[in-house]
Amino acid sequence: MTISLKPGNTPPEKLQPTGWLKYLSFSLDHKVIGLQYLVCGFFFYLIGGSLAGAIRVELTSPLSDFMPREVYNQVLTLHGTIMIFLWIVPVVNGAFGNYLIPFYVGARDMAFPRLNAVAFWLIPPSGLMLITSYFINGAAQSGWTAYPPLSITTPAAGQIIWILSVLLLGGSSIFGGINFIATILKLRRPGLKLMQLPMYCWAMLGTSILVVLSTPVLAGTLILLSFDIVAHTGFFNPSLGGNVIVYQHLFWFYSHPAVYIMVLPAFGLVSEILPIHSRKPLFGYTTMVFSIMGIVVLGLVVWAHHMFTSGTPPWMRLFFTIATAFIAVPTGIKFFNWVATLWGGKISLNAAMLFSCGFIINFVLGGITGVALAQVPFDVHVHDTYFVVAHFHYIVYGGSVFVIFSSIYHWFPKFTGKMLNENLGRFHFIITFIGFNLCFAPQHWLGLNGMPRRVAEYDPQFQLINQISSVGALLMALSTLPFLWNILQSILYGDEAGDNPWNALTPEWLTSSPPPVENWEGEAPLVLEPYGYGEKDSTKTQEQLK
Amino acid sequence: MPKLSAILTLTSSLILGIGGVWIAYNVDMLPVSASMNAPVYDELYRVLFIIGCILFIGMTALVIYSLFQFRRRPGETGDGIDLEGNISLEIFWTAVPAIIVLFIGLYSYDIYDRMGGMQPLMHDHSGQINNQVERVWGGIGSGPIESTSTKNLSSLPIELTAMQFAFIFHYPKGDIISGELHVPVGREVNLKMESKDVIHAFWVPQFRLKQDVIPGQPTILNFTPTKTGNFPIVCAELCGPYHGGMRSNVIVDEQEDFDTWLKENSKEQI
Ligand code: HEM
Ligand SMILES: [Cu+2]
Ligand SMILES: [Cu+2]
Repeated sequence: MTISLKPGNTPPEKLQPTGWLKYLSFSLDHKVIGLQYLVCGFFFYLIGGSLAGAIRVELTSPLSDFMPREVYNQVLTLHGTIMIFLWIVPVVNGAFGNYLIPFYVGARDMAFPRLNAVAFWLIPPSGLMLITSYFINGAAQSGWTAYPPLSITTPAAGQIIWILSVLLLGGSSIFGGINFIATILKLRRPGLKLMQLPMYCWAMLGTSILVVLSTPVLAGTLILLSFDIVAHTGFFNPSLGGNVIVYQHLFWFYSHPAVYIMVLPAFGLVSEILPIHSRKPLFGYTTMVFSIMGIVVLGLVVWAHHMFTSGTPPWMRLFFTIATAFIAVPTGIKFFNWVATLWGGKISLNAAMLFSCGFIINFVLGGITGVALAQVPFDVHVHDTYFVVAHFHYIVYGGSVFVIFSSIYHWFPKFTGKMLNENLGRFHFIITFIGFNLCFAPQHWLGLNGMPRRVAEYDPQFQLINQISSVGALLMALSTLPFLWNILQSILYGDEAGDNPWNALTPEWLTSSPPPVENWEGEAPLVLEPYGYGEKDSTKTQEQLK
Repeated sequence: MPKLSAILTLTSSLILGIGGVWIAYNVDMLPVSASMNAPVYDELYRVLFIIGCILFIGMTALVIYSLFQFRRRPGETGDGIDLEGNISLEIFWTAVPAIIVLFIGLYSYDIYDRMGGMQPLMHDHSGQINNQVERVWGGIGSGPIESTSTKNLSSLPIELTAMQFAFIFHYPKGDIISGELHVPVGREVNLKMESKDVIHAFWVPQFRLKQDVIPGQPTILNFTPTKTGNFPIVCAELCGPYHGGMRSNVIVDEQEDFDTWLKENSKEQI
C-alpha cells in the first residue's frame, strides 16, 4: 500500500467518525492510533501501579499478613507483566511511534494503516483477559518470567491465560515493528536522506529490528510451554526428561532485548526533547546513530547474563560478562552527547526538560549497577535479590517512565492544541523524583544484605528500610494526582497552544495543533535539518518557520 | 581563560576521584564476610563502587551545573551556541569508557578465577562410583582452589536436596539428615545439590555465594567458611507460595564442636 503525498485521497474510513468517539473506533489514522495506545497504556499503568502499591503495603511488615501468599505471587506476576507488556512497550513504541514517525518521514500515515489498527486493538482485550484471570481461577503466579517447572506445576488456568495474553501482545508488537521498519525505510519523502531523519526514527528502526528478531522466539517458547502445561509434553518438564535451562535461554533471548525495546525509544524521545528546550543542535548526530545500532547488535548477544547462577559453563559466563559490560560504551556515548547538547544552551526549565534530565540522572545510576551486575562474581551474590529489583526499576521507571512523562509534557500541545500548566508539571516532577529515589535507592542495600526478591515475608531486620521504600511508593502514587488534574484541567480550560509553542523545527510542529487528518493541509514540508538551532542559524530558523 | 578552565577541570576531577574513593571506603553496605571467597568478592565490590561513585556524582554534577549555568534568564529569547559535534571529544568519551569497561572485565576475570570460577569441576567423592560420566554444573567456588590453604584436610562432602519449601542436608559420612547445615570453620565444603520439584537457589549472603538448585540437573558449590557463627540460608528463586519462608541456617562451628555434633547425630560408627 502506498500513500500519496498529495492531499485529498484519504481512504473514506479514515475520516470517520469524528469527535472524541473516533478514539473508540477502528480508526486508521496514525495519530488517533497513537493516542489510543497512550491512553490505553496509561489505564493499565494505573492498574499496574495499584498492584505495586499492594505489594509495597504487604512489605511494610515482615510477615505475610496483608494478603495470602498465593495472591502475593499473583499480584507480583500481574504487576510485572502489565508494566512491561501493557504499559511501557506499547507506549514508548506504539503511542509515540505511531504519532511521530509518519511526521518525521514526511508521510501522511503509516505504511500499513489497517495492520496498525489491528496491532492496537489486540491490546485492550488481551490486557483485560490477563486481569480477569485473577477473578476466574487465580492469575498466573510464577512471576513475569514464568520459569518452568514452577509455571508447569502451579494452577494451569491462570498460566495458560497469561501465555495467551503475552502471545497476543507479542503479536501486536511484531505487527507494530514491521510497520515501523516499512514506514521509515519506504515512506520517506523524496529528497529526505536517512541521515537527515530525527533521532527518534533511528531509535524506532533499531527497536523494531529487535522486536522482529526476538519476539518470535518468545512466542515459540511460550507455545512450547503451553504444550507442557496442557498436553503434558516434556520440553521443559524435568520429570518428563525436559530441560529447564533451555527455557531460560530462549526466554532471555527475547527478554533481554525487551529491555532495549523499552529504553531505546525512550533514548530517541529524549533526543528530540533536549535540543528544543535547550535551543541547541543535537550534539554528535552521527555517533548517536551508530551508538543505537551498536546497542541493537550487542543487545542481541548478552542474554545469558540473567543465568549466571543457573549453572552455565565458565566460558559462557565470561563471554556474556564482557559483552554485557560493553553495552556501557554506546550507552555512555549517548549520555555524554545529551549533556553536551545541554552545554552552552538556553535551557527552559520546564516540566519536559526536568523529566528528561531526571531520566539522565536515574538512568546513569541504573546503568552503573547494570555494569556491576554484568560481572559474574558480583552477580552471584546479588542475583534474584532486591539489588536487582532496584536496578531494573532505575532502568524501567527512572528511564522509560520518566521519559514518557517528559514526552507527554512536550507533545501535549500538539496532541490537543492546549498547553499544560507548567507549575503543576514541575510540582509533579519534584514529587515523582523524590518518591522514586526514596522507593528504590534503599533497595540496593536490601539486596546486598540478604533480602531476596519475590518474597511476601522477610527477615525482620529489613523492616525499617522496606517501610522507607513503601513511603517512597506512596509519594509516587500521590504524584499521579497533580498530573491527572493537570491533564483534565488543560483539556477543558487550557490556554491555546498555537501550532508551534516551543518554536521547534521537527516536522510535526510545522502543521496545526492538533494536526489535520492528513497531517498537513498542503504539501508536506521537507525538513533537512531537524536540529538546526543555534545562534548562527537563528535567522534561517525564523525563515523556515514561516 | 582556557588555562583557567583546564585548571578547574583538573581540580574538580581530582576532588571527584578522591571523593569517590572516600565514599567507597566509608560507606559499608555489605554484611559480614564469612567465607574464603567473601573478601575477594568485597575487593571487586569496592572497585566497582569507587568507579560507580565517580561516574554517578560526575554525571549528576554536570547535568545540574548545566541546568543552572545555562538556564534561560527572564527576557532571553535567542538560541544557544551553534555546536553540532566535536570529533576529538567524541573519540575521547568513547575510548575512556571502553578502557574502563575493559579494565573492569579483566579485573573481574581475575576475581572470578580467584573465586574458583575457572577451575575444572570436582568429581563427586561421596562414595558411589558411577560408570557413567555424570553431568554436573558448578557455580563460583566449585573448583579446588580454596583447598590450597587447607591442604591437610580433604573437603567435606554434603548433599543438599531442595524441595518446596525446605533445604535438606545429608552427610554421607554418618548418614546424617539435617534441616540445618553444620560445617566446621576453615574446611572446604563440597555441596552437591539437587532439587526434587522446582528451581530453588541456595544463597548465604555472608558467604557471597549463590547457586541455583535445579531439578534434573545436579549442581555443585564449594566454599570454605572462615567465621564461626550462625548465618542465614535463603532460597533466592521463586519456588511457590512459601518461597519467602524457605529459609534455614548454616551453623559454622569449631572443628571439635562440629565433630561432637557429627558423633551425636550419626547413625553409624565413624
Ligand atoms: C509505580 C511504581 C512501582 C513500584 C512501587 C514498583 C514496585 C515493585 C515491587 C515491590 C516489585 C516486587 C519485587 C520483587 O519482589 O521481586 C516489583 C516488581 C516488578 N516491577 Fe515494579 N514497581 C513500580 C513500577 C514498575 C514499572 C513502571 C515497571 C515497568 C516495567 C515495573 C516492572 C516490574 C517488574 C518486571 C517486576 C518483576 C516482577 C516479577 O518479578 O515477576 N515496575 N515492582
Ligand atoms: Cu525455594
Ligand atoms: Cu524459593
